[in-house]
Amino acid sequence: MLDIRGITKRYGTRQVLTDVSFTVGNGRMTGFVGANGAGKTTTMRIILGVLTADAGTVLIDGEPVTAGDRRRFGYMPEERGLYPKMKVAEQLIYLARLHGLTPHAALRNTSDLLERLGLSERSTALVESLSLGNQQRAQIAAALVHDPEFLVLDEPFSGLDPIAVEVVMGVLAEYAAGGAPVLFSSHQLDIVERLCDDLVIIGGGEIRAHGPRETLRDAYSSPRFEIRTHGDASFIRDVPGIRIVDLTLDSAGGHVVFEAETDAASQLVLQQAIARGPVSAFTHQRPSLATIFKEVVQ
Amino acid sequence: MSTQATPTATQASPASARPTHAAPTVAQSVWLVATREIMVRLRSKAFLISTGILLLISVGSVVAGGIASQNTTLDTVAVVGSAEAVVESTGAFEIMAVDDVAAAEALVRDGTVEAAVVPNESADALLPVTVIALESAPLGVTGALSVSPDVQLLDPAETDGGNLAYLIAFAFGIVFLMSATTFGGTIAQSVVEEKQTRIVEILMSTISVRALLAGKVLGNSIMAFGQIVAIGLLAAGGMAVTGQRVLLADVGPAIGWFVVFFAFGFVLLASLYAATASMVSRQEDVGSVTSPVLILTMIPYFLVVFFNDNPLVVAIMSYVPFSAPVGMPLRIFTGSAEWWEPLASLVILVISTLVVILLGSRIYSNSLLRMGARVSLRDALKR
Repeated sequence: MLDIRGITKRYGTRQVLTDVSFTVGNGRMTGFVGANGAGKTTTMRIILGVLTADAGTVLIDGEPVTAGDRRRFGYMPEERGLYPKMKVAEQLIYLARLHGLTPHAALRNTSDLLERLGLSERSTALVESLSLGNQQRAQIAAALVHDPEFLVLDEPFSGLDPIAVEVVMGVLAEYAAGGAPVLFSSHQLDIVERLCDDLVIIGGGEIRAHGPRETLRDAYSSPRFEIRTHGDASFIRDVPGIRIVDLTLDSAGGHVVFEAETDAASQLVLQQAIARGPVSAFTHQRPSLATIFKEVVQ
Repeated sequence: MSTQATPTATQASPASARPTHAAPTVAQSVWLVATREIMVRLRSKAFLISTGILLLISVGSVVAGGIASQNTTLDTVAVVGSAEAVVESTGAFEIMAVDDVAAAEALVRDGTVEAAVVPNESADALLPVTVIALESAPLGVTGALSVSPDVQLLDPAETDGGNLAYLIAFAFGIVFLMSATTFGGTIAQSVVEEKQTRIVEILMSTISVRALLAGKVLGNSIMAFGQIVAIGLLAAGGMAVTGQRVLLADVGPAIGWFVVFFAFGFVLLASLYAATASMVSRQEDVGSVTSPVLILTMIPYFLVVFFNDNPLVVAIMSYVPFSAPVGMPLRIFTGSAEWWEPLASLVILVISTLVVILLGSRIYSNSLLRMGARVSLRDALKR
């Protein structure tokens, strides 16, 4: 488990991070979202020890992270880069060895990973000769080649074509399923919504919300419901504790969006509707991540 | 998907194959970085070609020097009668005996011989011969035939310094300058390449910044050092083959010290190059930011060339860390250094190298993540 506690960082007079605390649980895909300049990259760099925090600590299973622990992390920086004039496989082997792998293990991991990412045929090509999408795949391979126990990925999906997005999502999901804490930032909220178990929302250098995705959606959901009936729906106006947001009546029945003061009131609507005829849909409208994000950050 | 599986299917391999947690030691990291630098350099066509040219030049100059010193063809002199014995006794000329003075004059006129030496019978002549030449007195001939008084030296010089000292100084200077600027420039470019391509962030998240810097300096120092040793061996071999053993014995100790001083002096300059280069983010800016270091490299070169005969300047230079690799070997060659002086100068050089490495690694680690505008020296030195 990765525990970020009370991280504070300032550049000169500019406060970049204020008391940033959250956890990345074992096996939890944790999405890290925030506007540009909110402090995501700085936080990740501090977790990796590339930057030092002014205050606060990063803990692994309760112990402060040491320089030696860095090798257990797989890191993909936001600023992408590999040696342009080195061959793909050679570069991955070099990075694996820097992380402490034996030459044999480095070679095996490299060929396995290139195979998985569909880069085997390009393994002896110079990085600069790869297409942009393949360079991105090589970059992901660079973050994974040393069998990391923790993944910290800054915008892993930016610049990927849809196929590569699926490949990377699959790889990350497998890592999480294997019990590794995975922290990734992304601007693509739809991907975050699909992929992550937990959410951390940062704004202006402060954590605005964090927790399991569903808990957050519940917490930020309005008491709004939607019902589609085949019978007459106009009765809903008269149910106590109900406020109609939108009501459409037609020959087929009705489509109503309403807010209920209590859960009991919404259930009463459902019961009465069923009593009057078939109900084809009844949903509790919950906010999308984008909605929560807007609400939390503003 | 099984929950106890290792993170990815491809990596579901025996635990023995996952030594990830055994972090490599600093020395291992430094060595990995150094070997990458060496490998990249060995693959670079530009490097191989320039090294080849450098080696050819050094062998060529030694061999050419040897040939030039052997093939001093003797001047031909025409002699008449008893003058033949006089000229023969000098052993300095090819002798062409002719019957009379008129024939000798004819040979001088048509340029077949340098001069003619004919007997001089007059009683008040100092020498029993007369030299006949075309336009001016042939100094080689008159010199060889002259009589010099005995000379007694009270404090004979060990070497006939002068011209040779100049050449040696020039050679040390140019080798130091070439190596330092070539490899210094290479280090600077490699630092900026890592910064410009942003791979530096991955490297920094993996190994310590000092190990990265040390590996770069080490790798390039090995290459520079290897080049110097190769040049030294080829030059020495060339001298031996072309029969210049005397010169080798004179220059040998100076070359040995040069190699030692060069090793430390190069590390000093390499660290400066790496540190200054880390302050910029683009290859285009490398030149301007490293120019102060280039000047520090050039100064010893020009001081050696212009002041090699000024003992005070050379003595000072032999202690200043930047010029010691050139100055001290020169003094050892001319015999003007006491036995302890190279050691004292070496201690100064090593201490200043250590100080520069410490300051350099601070500049380096403070600057690596700052993209865009050039980092000011004050910011770079901040803790």
